[in-house]
Amino acid sequence: MRRVDERMRKVQEPGRGTDVRASMPPGVRLGQVSFVWRPWLVLVTLVLAAAAFLVFCLSIAVGDFPIGLSRVVATLFGRGEQVDEFVIMDLRLPRALAGLIVGIALGVSGAITQSVARNPLASPDILGITSGAGAVAVFLVTTTGGTAAAIAGSLGLSSAALLGGLGTGLLVYFLAWRRGIDGFRLILIGISVTAMMQAVTVWLLASADIRDVARAQVWLIGSLDARSWDEVRVAFWGTLVLLAVVAAVAFPFKPMHLGDDVAAGLGVRFARVRAVLLLSAVLLAAVGVSAAGPVPFVALVAPQVAMRLARWPTPPLIASGLVGALLLIGSDLIARAALPIGLPVGVVTAVIGGPFLVYLLVRANLR
Amino acid sequence: MFTTEVERPVPGGTSDTRRRRVVGLGVLAAALVIAAAMSLAVGARALSPGEVWHGLFADPEPDQKLTEIRLIVQTVRVPRTVLAIVAGLALGVGGALIQGYTRNPIADTGLLGVNAGASFAVVSVIALFGFADPLQYVWFAFVGAGIAGVVVFGLASIGRGAGNPLTLALAGQGVTVFLAAMTTAVALSDQKSLNALRFWNAGSVAGVGFDVIGPVSGFIAVGLVLALIVLPALNLLNLGDDVARGLGVNIAVSRTIGIVAITLLAGAATAASGPIAFLGLMVAHVARYLTGPDYRWLVPYAGLLGAGVLLVCDIVGRLVVRPAELESGVVVALLGAPFFAILVWRGKFRNA
Repeated sequence: MRRVDERMRKVQEPGRGTDVRASMPPGVRLGQVSFVWRPWLVLVTLVLAAAAFLVFCLSIAVGDFPIGLSRVVATLFGRGEQVDEFVIMDLRLPRALAGLIVGIALGVSGAITQSVARNPLASPDILGITSGAGAVAVFLVTTTGGTAAAIAGSLGLSSAALLGGLGTGLLVYFLAWRRGIDGFRLILIGISVTAMMQAVTVWLLASADIRDVARAQVWLIGSLDARSWDEVRVAFWGTLVLLAVVAAVAFPFKPMHLGDDVAAGLGVRFARVRAVLLLSAVLLAAVGVSAAGPVPFVALVAPQVAMRLARWPTPPLIASGLVGALLLIGSDLIARAALPIGLPVGVVTAVIGGPFLVYLLVRANLR
Repeated sequence: MFTTEVERPVPGGTSDTRRRRVVGLGVLAAALVIAAAMSLAVGARALSPGEVWHGLFADPEPDQKLTEIRLIVQTVRVPRTVLAIVAGLALGVGGALIQGYTRNPIADTGLLGVNAGASFAVVSVIALFGFADPLQYVWFAFVGAGIAGVVVFGLASIGRGAGNPLTLALAGQGVTVFLAAMTTAVALSDQKSLNALRFWNAGSVAGVGFDVIGPVSGFIAVGLVLALIVLPALNLLNLGDDVARGLGVNIAVSRTIGIVAITLLAGAATAASGPIAFLGLMVAHVARYLTGPDYRWLVPYAGLLGAGVLLVCDIVGRLVVRPAELESGVVVALLGAPFFAILVWRGKFRNA
């Protein structure tokens, strides 16, 4: 395990990680707090934030009733006209906000998982949330009558699926708990539970009515259609609280990446920090699933893209969240404005995110 | 005065471990033979050993009942048994190889985009040509899997990356993500492909004749030979590229052969039986636990385990929901995953 870990850590660093760090300016000390001034990372994060805000406004502006960007911004800051206010506040903003929140939640969740597991293939998808929610949703969609319909009717599909996903995620988490959380064990348990849930999903789909299958498929790929303020509000507060928790414990994040021994030597109480971080990742993914369905691959792709944009050896938390948001809102915008048929946002996300990751990899190799 | 000659260690560890490993291989092979015999007898119509024997070797007779048994054994049971063994072998070996080449313990045979490529090919040809019979799209699935594998490896080999394990794994993920989304897009716009996709995704070794199994086995045989060639180099590659290069391994050649082998094995198996996820990953870990990290032993173990597990899961799938059947791909995950999770929980794979 130890040797694999170290190797994995080595291979996780992109090509230019080392020269960037060699030329890094010295640390800054302000009283008791010291930090390293990282101009490129800060610049990339700021650019990403600006881009995310721009796409967010664009996503509100574009639609059957186009609204100018300046009017969008004015309305968002509470100085808009009444007509705009209705369209924006009641119709467009929930959808755009859902995209923003889900993107950030999934991106940060992926960055945490990949950092703690020290494995770039680890995404919260394999922690059970997505597959558990998917299995429950497909069960409710494909089974007619009886308790299933009663559950779906009283809870709503999204909430029922969220409960299923949370249950699965916590099951994985506690199955992997044995005198603390071990990243490797968590991932392997997560993969097995995910495989089971996916098998259930596949089996349900194979034995269901074909019309239900299409509905289930749309839910499985994730969509931002018809978001209500209620859903968005829950997702917003959930994400905010979880991000605060992550920020509070993420300070010793960096030494953790150097391996358990080094981290412990540097004084990180890594067992506790890791447990809290992983639990936050599970819950963040759950928030994402509840608001948009299991949009696949955002959590996997966003941290890797952010890492390469920021030229940073580990997935940067804030930048990963911003890339996730950019990817999700941008894909939703493209799906609505540029594509003739109403494709779910999850499809567009993957079609853009996958090749972009490959492009970054190839570009890094060609240097 | 003193001789400085050092006794050479026996290749493959001490003779004791060596004997244990050979015995282990023998046990696995014997278990596989027993499972194969059971697979011929078990099903919607249970057969006695005598009937199986008769069905296999007797000449055609006018007796209606015996002809029926012959038909069941020769056209249903034998093909699916052979395919379960061949595909399981391929997926097991492929799973062990992909973990070795990407140096990543969570790599599965689908990582190189093989499964996604096959699925995309299936939905595309159905949407384009309206194929209704699975046998018509088997070879398209194989071509799709092959193209996806070649694209992934090609992308990862551009420039100075030359198949670097991390680049390979991530490029595989990127292409898989893209193809999976395209598959969904096609399936959502064409109900016939969606219908075929849901059965294809389950993964089953039933209903494929020898006209398909023959060529598939040929491709898998080529893949197995290539795998055997690169096994010693794979051990050295896992010491790190620099060490391997210093010990005389041609890294680029070894990686290329290895990836071609994985693509052939996983692609052919997937084309014939649909995507059977998790099998390769699971048996690779169990094999590593049984043999240790030496790939010359690990890979054969993984192959035999893969064949055994798939065969047993196929048998179980025939029994649990009689007279209907549960697809073997579903059974692999439902049965294998809890077992695997218990092993993980008990800390069996700490030294992976």
